[in-house]
Amino acid sequence: MSSITTREAPRGFSAAEYMTCLTGIVWREGLRFLHQRERFVSALVRPLVWLFIFAAGFRQVLGISIIPPYETYILYEVFIAPGLMAMIQLFNGMQSSLSMVYDREMGNMRTLLVSPLPRGYLLFSKLLAGTAVSLLQVYAFLLIAWFWDITPPPIGYLTVLPALILSGLMLGSLGMLISSGIKQLENFAGVMNFVIFPMFFASSALYPLWRVQEGSPYLYYLCEANPFTHAVELIRFAFYGQINWISLAVVATCTIVFMIGAIYAYDPSRGLARRGPAGGEG
Amino acid sequence: MTSPAPIAEQRETPRPDPAAVPALSIDGVSHAYGERRALMEVSFNVQPASFTALLGLNGAGKSTLFSLITRLFGIQSGRVGIFGHDISKSPGEALRLLGVVFQPRTLDLDLSLTQNLLYHAALHGISRGEARARSAELLDRIGLTERGGSKVRDLSGGQMRRLEIARALLHRPRLLLLDEPTVGLDVKARADIISHVRQLVSEQGIGVLWATHLFDEIVAGDDLVVLHQGKVLAQGPMSRVVAEAGAQDVNTAFMRLTGAQTLPGGGA
Repeated sequence: MSSITTREAPRGFSAAEYMTCLTGIVWREGLRFLHQRERFVSALVRPLVWLFIFAAGFRQVLGISIIPPYETYILYEVFIAPGLMAMIQLFNGMQSSLSMVYDREMGNMRTLLVSPLPRGYLLFSKLLAGTAVSLLQVYAFLLIAWFWDITPPPIGYLTVLPALILSGLMLGSLGMLISSGIKQLENFAGVMNFVIFPMFFASSALYPLWRVQEGSPYLYYLCEANPFTHAVELIRFAFYGQINWISLAVVATCTIVFMIGAIYAYDPSRGLARRGPAGGEG
Repeated sequence: MTSPAPIAEQRETPRPDPAAVPALSIDGVSHAYGERRALMEVSFNVQPASFTALLGLNGAGKSTLFSLITRLFGIQSGRVGIFGHDISKSPGEALRLLGVVFQPRTLDLDLSLTQNLLYHAALHGISRGEARARSAELLDRIGLTERGGSKVRDLSGGQMRRLEIARALLHRPRLLLLDEPTVGLDVKARADIISHVRQLVSEQGIGVLWATHLFDEIVAGDDLVVLHQGKVLAQGPMSRVVAEAGAQDVNTAFMRLTGAQTLPGGGA
């Protein structure tokens, strides 16, 4: 048995330690995801239902004209594919926030937060981990969609990656921000009703916005103001090797704002501290 | 575990040097949840290589204090230092020296024992190779080497606690906090955990703060802090606290100090 190892007072953290911490968090998130097979299946089935059933039925109702980034007439399935990718990320972001609320109730969150590394960095790592999981889901979806004639130029699979990372971070940090405000797990159903559905339907995921504008200008403005719309458009353009600069700017700005908000909310001297004893009394 | 024959001159156990920095110093700490005041001007120290029992009933403020020491809550007033590092000003340096076992279980049930340990090591920036070596060593010490690959879900309550203590030691902290670690365990598991932690104090010189409401977990050589309704009522070596209360044992001393009518199940 070793006796005490006397060390002088530690000094800051090296880049290697930061990296170890990040990979550890991503690794653990990945492991947890693989253990929850139902989560993977449902993350995959959800967009496929939209693709196989909804899109097939809707194809005749909604004609799509040629709008950028598309250069020819496209099938409705092709149009909604980017929206479904974003939907996967939206659900994943909210699911991560659900697991954070769960972790906080169960005490697991403490394991993360008592790490000596800066708290902002820990939360950022957690966001990256959630985004990495969403990438797995999206690419699994794209693989199946390929057989359904969702065939972008091959380079699209690569150019869409940065867009997916950014939109994943945005939706993840939005989820984290929401999770900081949710006291109990039961309130999560409200998130579904008040966040996921409105964000998804009031966006360009399912219909081009010019058609929305024909129907209701107000809804159009709402869709334009919805960050989710811009996540979808960013992905849509990137999928065809193009950049939608406005969407990029909106998504990047929202990511930063949501992330700062989430880190602020989890700061011990502000957010959580006001919330009274976490788990266990005394 | 084989410990060397106790030869007085060669004892390596570091004795607390009175002038040395305390492992933990709580200095005038108060905390309120809105109107409700959970802690009032709490001050005490935990010395290196000492076992300090924080004795209090449920609701005395023990868990709040733990949340403050671990930076889960921000300090409202007062100061918390870990080996001289202020938890508010340099949390990184302070948390590095701190290992903690929370009252609720905080393990990933679906991950294996080893995976839980490796995750914790990563959170402390310990490289993978080093983490594997330390995990193996700690699993061996708690007698769970063969279970390393199985899911935590399959462990007994006592085994989970031992794993949590092993996890808390992974980054080699010099101060260990345990919040009612034996609650819900059977007699054998309790005894194992208590003797394990006492060994850490005597053999590795770790300072331990052990929150409990079970009097029989405290022995004569311990330091004692009696916390009641957010205030420290008494502190010092156990024998002195007991003597000053004019009592024969901790049990009676605690009753006299707090004016408690009924006992919170001193043993079981």
